[in-house]
Amino acid sequence: MAYDLSFAQDVYKNSEMGHWIKMCKQCGVCAGSCPLGPHWEYSPRQLFQLVRGGKKEEVLKSQSMWMCTSCYNCIVRCPRGLPITHIVHGLARYASVKGYADPNQVTNRFATKIFWTNIVSTGRVGEAMLTMRLYFVDGLAAGIQRGLEMKDSALGMLMTKRLNPIPFRGKIKGYAGFAAMIAKAQELEAKREAGA
Amino acid sequence: MKEYTFFPGCSSEKSASAANMEHSVQAMCKILGIQLNEIDDWNCCSASIGYAGGGQLPRLAMSARNFALAQQQRGTTDLVATCAACWLAMRETAERIEHEPEVRADINVALKEANLSYEGGIKTRHLVEVLIEDIGWEALKAKVKKPLSGLKAAGYVGCQTNRPFGIAGESYENPLYLDKMIEATGATAVNYPKKVACCGGALMFTEVEKSCALVRDLLQCAVDNGAEVIVTPCPVCQLNVEVYQGKINQLFGTNFNIPVIYYSQLFVLSWGGSWEDAALHQQVVSAEVLRRFA
Ligand code: SF4
Ligand code: SF4
Ligand code: SF4
Ligand code: SF4
Repeated sequence: MAYDLSFAQDVYKNSEMGHWIKMCKQCGVCAGSCPLGPHWEYSPRQLFQLVRGGKKEEVLKSQSMWMCTSCYNCIVRCPRGLPITHIVHGLARYASVKGYADPNQVTNRFATKIFWTNIVSTGRVGEAMLTMRLYFVDGLAAGIQRGLEMKDSALGMLMTKRLNPIPFRGKIKGYAGFAAMIAKAQELEAKREAGA
Repeated sequence: MKEYTFFPGCSSEKSASAANMEHSVQAMCKILGIQLNEIDDWNCCSASIGYAGGGQLPRLAMSARNFALAQQQRGTTDLVATCAACWLAMRETAERIEHEPEVRADINVALKEANLSYEGGIKTRHLVEVLIEDIGWEALKAKVKKPLSGLKAAGYVGCQTNRPFGIAGESYENPLYLDKMIEATGATAVNYPKKVACCGGALMFTEVEKSCALVRDLLQCAVDNGAEVIVTPCPVCQLNVEVYQGKINQLFGTNFNIPVIYYSQLFVLSWGGSWEDAALHQQVVSAEVLRRFA
């Protein structure tokens, strides 16, 4: 696939903490730190090298970034002090915003659609609604199947009053201001991400 | 009476997954003479997984609104969190507001839409730090009325209470405070190598089998080293390690059935609080093994 050196420049400038990628010395400490390491197509170390080599498609279409559990192992170990977790999150976000990430990748879909929509629609997480939307994301039949698979734990949570049987939660009192704040922040974010 | 501003987080709401933590934290604080003043009308901190939908500014603005409300309502009193993810999100936001003038300016442009502003000044602390620094080990030990003698507990620190910030004064690879808390109740802290391993975090929702494999290894390690109960400070760890045991047994043919409780529940029980004060009736995997101390 083609080299795209403007890609590296754009990541340095517009992806979260992207400029740090220049500082990586390719030691591989991060690669050995990811809990789901075996499931990463490219380790953080490899992702950073691919960015520097202008391998845009390889990086952005990879599922690797979506395997990050936000465990922060890498951050406290990197000898160069790279904020790796945030760089990896940034690359995932970048791939999603630029339309490269598979919208059906499970974590992408959950994080960008279900979770974020859940919190900004009321101001707080509604766990019951979150779970329902997650189960039913592939349609009714798949949802019922997943719900059944997890029914014992869901029942356990209900019985111990750790899950609300009513999935709809009210908005926070200052919701209008909260929503306006998020809209403004999104507007500024979009400008920044476009490289303005 | 010591007073702090309090951010409970979504999982500590009524009928939410960490309702048992919240209930036992309140009981623990009552015994210690700590008053937690909840921020009125707080919003979600956006957690770690908020990065994908929220990017940087919208995500950071969420904690900034909570800081602004806290300051309006309680001045610069220390802000205390009990959820690792909330604490981390707030610490990260505070750091970026402090060190990046551009971020601070943009956040304030956004906050203005809600008629708020925030320039920094509030210290965010984990409740664990309050216990260690403001109450102290000797005072915590002195509260014990029913020593949990003979109980073998595996302290599970997990990730986000430990990294990237961590409890003040602790190491990343081998933090000791949780073991010390267990020992402070008279119980025995089990030595096992997985206390800072990851449970999959929010990926338990999406990469279920991969995350379950992580938790299986953790459970196996704790059980092999003699643990009767797992103790944690983190609501995500607690949920993942407790509630998915059934799923894990199904997936891997194991037979786990070990209670996973909060440090606050352990303290309340050993300090003479009732089963209900300690919210031990709200466990999905029964904590009956602790009944001998109730
Ligand atoms: S640990 Fe740091 S320096 Fe080493 S490969 Fe990873 S990012 Fe690069
Ligand atoms: S935070 Fe993400 S990138 Fe870093 S070690 Fe954990 S999973 Fe890997
Ligand atoms: S970390 Fe979770 S519980 Fe805590 S406020 Fe954020 S979303 Fe809510
Ligand atoms: S152990 Fe799991 S839930 Fe706890 S902090 Fe780590 S990833 Fe989050």
